[in-house]
Amino acid sequence: MAGIWVYAEHKDNKVKKVTFEILSEAKKLAEKRGEPLCAVLIGSSVEGMNPSLGAYGAEKVYCAEADSLDKYTTGGFTKALCGLIEQEQPSIVLFGASVNGKDLSARVAGRLGVGLATDCTGMDVDDAGKLQVRRPMFAGKVYADVVFHEKTPQMASLRPNVLPVGEPDESRTPEVVKVTPEVGPGDLGLEVAEMIATGAGKVDLTEAEIIVSGGRGMKGPENFQILEELADALGAVVGASRSAVDAGWRAQSDQVGQSGKVVTPNLYIAAGISGAIQHLAGMGTSKVIVAINKDPEAPIFKKADYGVVDDLFKVVPALTEEMKKLKAE
Amino acid sequence: MEILVCVKQVPDTEAEIRPTADQTDINLEGIKFVVNVYDEYAVEEALRIKEQLGEGTVTIVSLGPDRAAESIRTALAMGADKAVHLNDPSFLGGDAYSTAKALSKAIAGMEYDLIMCGLRAIDDDLFQVGSILAELLGLPSVTGVLKMELSGDKKKATVHRQVEGGIEVLNVSLPAVLGATKGLNEPRYPSLPGIMKAKKKELKEVKLADVGLSENEVGKQGALTQVVKFSLPPVRQAGKVVDGETPEEKAAQLAKLLREEAKVV
Repeated sequence: MAGIWVYAEHKDNKVKKVTFEILSEAKKLAEKRGEPLCAVLIGSSVEGMNPSLGAYGAEKVYCAEADSLDKYTTGGFTKALCGLIEQEQPSIVLFGASVNGKDLSARVAGRLGVGLATDCTGMDVDDAGKLQVRRPMFAGKVYADVVFHEKTPQMASLRPNVLPVGEPDESRTPEVVKVTPEVGPGDLGLEVAEMIATGAGKVDLTEAEIIVSGGRGMKGPENFQILEELADALGAVVGASRSAVDAGWRAQSDQVGQSGKVVTPNLYIAAGISGAIQHLAGMGTSKVIVAINKDPEAPIFKKADYGVVDDLFKVVPALTEEMKKLKAE
Repeated sequence: MEILVCVKQVPDTEAEIRPTADQTDINLEGIKFVVNVYDEYAVEEALRIKEQLGEGTVTIVSLGPDRAAESIRTALAMGADKAVHLNDPSFLGGDAYSTAKALSKAIAGMEYDLIMCGLRAIDDDLFQVGSILAELLGLPSVTGVLKMELSGDKKKATVHRQVEGGIEVLNVSLPAVLGATKGLNEPRYPSLPGIMKAKKKELKEVKLADVGLSENEVGKQGALTQVVKFSLPPVRQAGKVVDGETPEEKAAQLAKLLREEAKVV
């Protein structure tokens, strides 16, 4: 009865959405296994976030608090989480497949010597109650069904924006277990000197619900302005193809594709992107794909739900106007 | 300064990837293999550090089948000094843990001041080996390194790490395992003299007996996860071409479809 645990990642005193997605899905697993669903918060002052975790299904929330855990560090958070796991012996531990979720889960897997599947898009338990996950490989060119060694906890990180979020029930109050991990400077292994915000206030591509991406067809960095305007009208984030990034038109962190970011937005608009196989792999699981390209033979149209064969420099600004009209309604 | 760089040979990003008929493996027939691009950033950074310091050795460490030797030679042709190839059938078919375990044992017997690797391999996309390797060696790890600078005494590095919405600046003590990401540098191409020289550079093969582990601790037998089935992603339905005489009409029609049919805006 050790429980299914979800590591609750947070930023600016708010739990990240991917945590709620995982809790919603893990609740079904916990019911099947007859185990409690628990969440783990790690930080310097995290208790205020308990209610939100309870609302999405956590019956128990472990709050590991220490001043030295004020900022995320691989060493500090690994020690705090491993200490709790060794003490409480959960059967399954789940993470959001964010930058830090992937970093932490790998290090914890190494320390405990347990199996970890990264960036999964689906999970279930079999009749015997064992965890099974599905995860993309080769940036989504193939999917792999993965099973785990008997050693527990079995661990997986789940891709943001894939699992549906359940309805929160604010009336539920989770049981709170406070622990004070002993984490000193020597456990951190490094020190966080500063945080430089880039694209302040903007959501990361991997967490975005709508993405507007540009490729070689944008013809130059200055032309991305029309995509920025469309993105503003849609509440979207701007991405880019490898050729646009390699040409120096956009930042490396904007690249969508097998050698960049793999994204799963609700809507992906590709403007002037022909659709190289490595790009298609990185955005092929988007829920709705729109392609705008003047070449009707472009491979991107084979993946697109809606294709516009025309000059993007005319279509994109017109689409921006249409979106503004829709929002004003 | 002794720098180790972990390198993996992977299918080219342009390769079409298909499962085998029985869906238990990937069909590798006709596939072109290359150095994992994230590992190229790691190799390049190691070479730049050595060039800047004017001293040191860059050693490539790779686990893989016979064909991986070709990618190791590519890294040597870029300018690395020597290489270690963990080449034993028992090392193959593993997961991140059993791979990192074999690597850690091979590395434990080597001299190092810094270990570089890629943030991830673009085939299995696990993002794990560098972190587990660091853990097994008892070293700090940083994943997603965008920029790095060594301190004067080479005992520390200031590292820029890419996170959602920003860049974290970290001071890490060395030795550490640093995982390179896109943006760290622009990897050089091997030069023709470099390719000629690479043929004569030391490439040491490491077998199971050399790492002091048993067969059931490495490769497939030592793995803690197992892929039971590979499948292709669901095929997307053929889409609609948006009608209209003018770009403006098409934009209006598209907006309508996105709102009323797809319900995504």
